[in-house]
Amino acid sequence: MSTWRVARLVAGKDLRIEWRSRVMVNQVLPFAALVMVLFAFALDNDSVLTRVAPGLVWLATMFCLLVVVQRLFAVETADGALDALRVAGVHPGGIFLGKALALAAQLAVLELVLLGAAFVLYRAEFAAGGAVLLVTTFSTATTGLAFVGTLYGGLAAGAKGRETLLPLLMLPVVAPVLIGATRATEAALGTGGATPSEGWPWIGLLALFAALFGAGGTLAFGSLIDE
Amino acid sequence: MRLSDVVAVLGGFPALAGATLTVHRSEILLLRGPNGAGKTSLLRLCAGLLPVERGEAVVLGCDLANDRAAVRARVGLLGHANGLYSDLTVRDNVRFWGATVGATAGEVEASLTRMGLAGRLAGVAVGRLSAGQRRRTALACLVARRAELWLLDEPHAGLDAAGRDELDATLRAATTAGATVVVASHELERAGALATRVVEVVGGQVREVAE
Repeated sequence: MSTWRVARLVAGKDLRIEWRSRVMVNQVLPFAALVMVLFAFALDNDSVLTRVAPGLVWLATMFCLLVVVQRLFAVETADGALDALRVAGVHPGGIFLGKALALAAQLAVLELVLLGAAFVLYRAEFAAGGAVLLVTTFSTATTGLAFVGTLYGGLAAGAKGRETLLPLLMLPVVAPVLIGATRATEAALGTGGATPSEGWPWIGLLALFAALFGAGGTLAFGSLIDE
Repeated sequence: MRLSDVVAVLGGFPALAGATLTVHRSEILLLRGPNGAGKTSLLRLCAGLLPVERGEAVVLGCDLANDRAAVRARVGLLGHANGLYSDLTVRDNVRFWGATVGATAGEVEASLTRMGLAGRLAGVAVGRLSAGQRRRTALACLVARRAELWLLDEPHAGLDAAGRDELDATLRAATTAGATVVVASHELERAGALATRVVEVVGGQVREVAE
């Protein structure tokens, strides 16, 4: 079975599980909205909130990423399905790509909601000239986060205390995405007088990050989930 | 399948300590022995999940020391866990695991029918099933995977009388079709009647049982 067929099969299965369980809709999205509201309560200043809106969107994305990754691998470990996947003899790179694809799709929905909340709650302003940069920023950052989340989710899946281990392992690694995506989003939205041209160099960082973790994950995932 | 003086380590402790065993094609072999004797480790080693530390292990013509990945695609392992997704329906689970070997829709339906899961039950989420029905679903997934070597750990556990009969018939049909079955069980009467040969696993070693 080819790597891409495995990836499509695993992604389809993971998205079907999310569709049937409604965990994203009933738990993760309300959690994301709650985080955005709490940020607003904590800062309680319209001009400050508008200024830091891009950073808060990406910070909330990181928090939600942890929840979604935990869930993505909990369905594999709950009844020994990860072992069954290993015995199935399918290409581990395909499993990695499939799970990353499903994670990226869920993150995309989540980020749309968070961005919408930033416009409503923090009065972030949309600049038409930054639309392409905004879409590119979210696409590349989401891809990078999906690869890192899947890689570290797989790494922590078989470990004791994985619930607490995952944030400890993953948050330092995604710091470049937090910085790059925040700067690029600020440039796309024109926050603090930034212009779209200032955002494009950050896209390079995000793309490099996604490429490194995508290639590394595809190659290393088999060893990570093995005993 | 041929194991020769195989040593395997699990969590720093020896799980198999010089196990030697030969299993012929189309055999149904029963592994019996006390808890912690190494039966589950033996099954996991044969499935390519536990590395060979020492000795020689050849399964389906593949040397496990060098090529565990090649073996995995051709074996079906049913351990203590069922390997199912509780939010998916019975049919979705069987379809998913069958798809890993390219099973057709017809083969998926035949697997469901074989384990008595066709009809309304096929559309029920696995999380809403009884333990026995989940076990049947896991077995239907194995049927759909068309494994050449079936490695089953306590397969009768949780099954009702009809389920046990269906399982035994499925295993006999699989061996008739050329598959080999290795069963670890404490239900000696039931599994013993099914098996064509019995061995005892004690202290990580295998002993032939003359019966």
